Amino acid sequence: MKVELTVNGERVRLDVEPRRTLADALRDDLGHTGTHLGCEHGVCGACTVLVDDEPVRGCLMFAVQADGSSVTTVEGLAAADGTLHPLQESFVAHHGLQCGFCTPGMLISALHLLRTHPTPSRATIRAEMSGNICRCTGYTGIVDAIQAAATTTPTTREPG
Amino acid sequence: MKAAPFEYVRPASVDETVAALTSDAEGAEIKILAGGQSLVPLLALRMARPSVLVDINRVAELTGFAHYDGAVEVGALTRHRALADQTEHPLLAEAARWIGHPAIRSRGTAAGSLAHADPSAELPVVAVACGAVVTVIGPAGSRRVPAGELFLGPLMSALDEDELITSVSFPVPARWGFAEFARRHGDFALVSVAVAEVAGEVSIALGGVGGVPVRAVAGERVLAGGGSLDEVAAAVRAELRPTGDLHGSADYRRALAGELVRRALEQAGLGGGG
Repeated sequence: MKVELTVNGERVRLDVEPRRTLADALRDDLGHTGTHLGCEHGVCGACTVLVDDEPVRGCLMFAVQADGSSVTTVEGLAAADGTLHPLQESFVAHHGLQCGFCTPGMLISALHLLRTHPTPSRATIRAEMSGNICRCTGYTGIVDAIQAAATTTPTTREPG
Repeated sequence: MKAAPFEYVRPASVDETVAALTSDAEGAEIKILAGGQSLVPLLALRMARPSVLVDINRVAELTGFAHYDGAVEVGALTRHRALADQTEHPLLAEAARWIGHPAIRSRGTAAGSLAHADPSAELPVVAVACGAVVTVIGPAGSRRVPAGELFLGPLMSALDEDELITSVSFPVPARWGFAEFARRHGDFALVSVAVAEVAGEVSIALGGVGGVPVRAVAGERVLAGGGSLDEVAAAVRAELRPTGDLHGSADYRRALAGELVRRALEQAGLGGGG
């Protein structure tokens, strides 16, 4: 089935089986391997992407459903010259990652969190990030990173 | 962890949807795809292998949210996030905030949750507490099903295979309360409680304590008779017959139910002192 969508600002065309998930299409058909797949049934949150600015589990949406939509993946966060997004900088500075597997989903969820709650409490951060599982950090560094990003940088710079 | 192949149909109207649900070949298994937050995991795990998926996400008639005659009429495709953000039906908003995680609430739909009929899910409990009514359409026309008759068992509803929920009417309670306990925010409830006072009558509905949302009728009677919170909670503990599982024993769920009923009633300002 033919699908046309925008990924990180770039218009792309795909011809996929209906059962192809958005996450698989991003990775395998479009080469955007930044979106990670952990559980593949909507539990771990690693594959979270923005679809029309809403966070979505990429494994629970079929690519054909994203026809006409605008998708933001972790590759859309850094500037064209490689300058990291303030959230990414904050994750580095506050030990918000160790192995990095969950990080793409964490960053996308955090981006949406800061857009909807510009100055979140730690409790809000924990509640809003509860759909993303990390097995390394114990989460404290992630909460620190998001809180620091919220206070030091207005996240107004839109990802490309 | 990949879905088995299926035929994908994307109707643009309710009429087209009804036609897609009925025009089946021999042995076809047709499923409606709404938010997909329960169905797609089942497809990935191959616990469900429908031959046709009818994606209703582009059916504009199924959206919308209206408030009239003391009730909100919620279009089938209304997402949990929209329910959580609206202010016309505060009980619905509070319960919706307990559903899953942000990325689940972006996609999951009101009607999808009711049709899926998970006994631990929030919206079925709220629907039963408020006396919601779902409007359903099928090849024979449309009908209205009260929430109290919609749930037949775990993941079993009174809907026929070729029927579609078009909207749900939730009466707005004069007083309300909602309480839930889950091991982690966003997990399915071990026990959840919705209390709603509609047209002067108080309903107490619980999730996670049976195969369907359960009305605590003995507790409601004690409350109507002027009983204290302790007496209502004791009546609820005595009347429920939950089953235990690895997340909590039957006794634990009963104890939890009594306490959560007390908290929901307190939030509603019902049940007097003690």
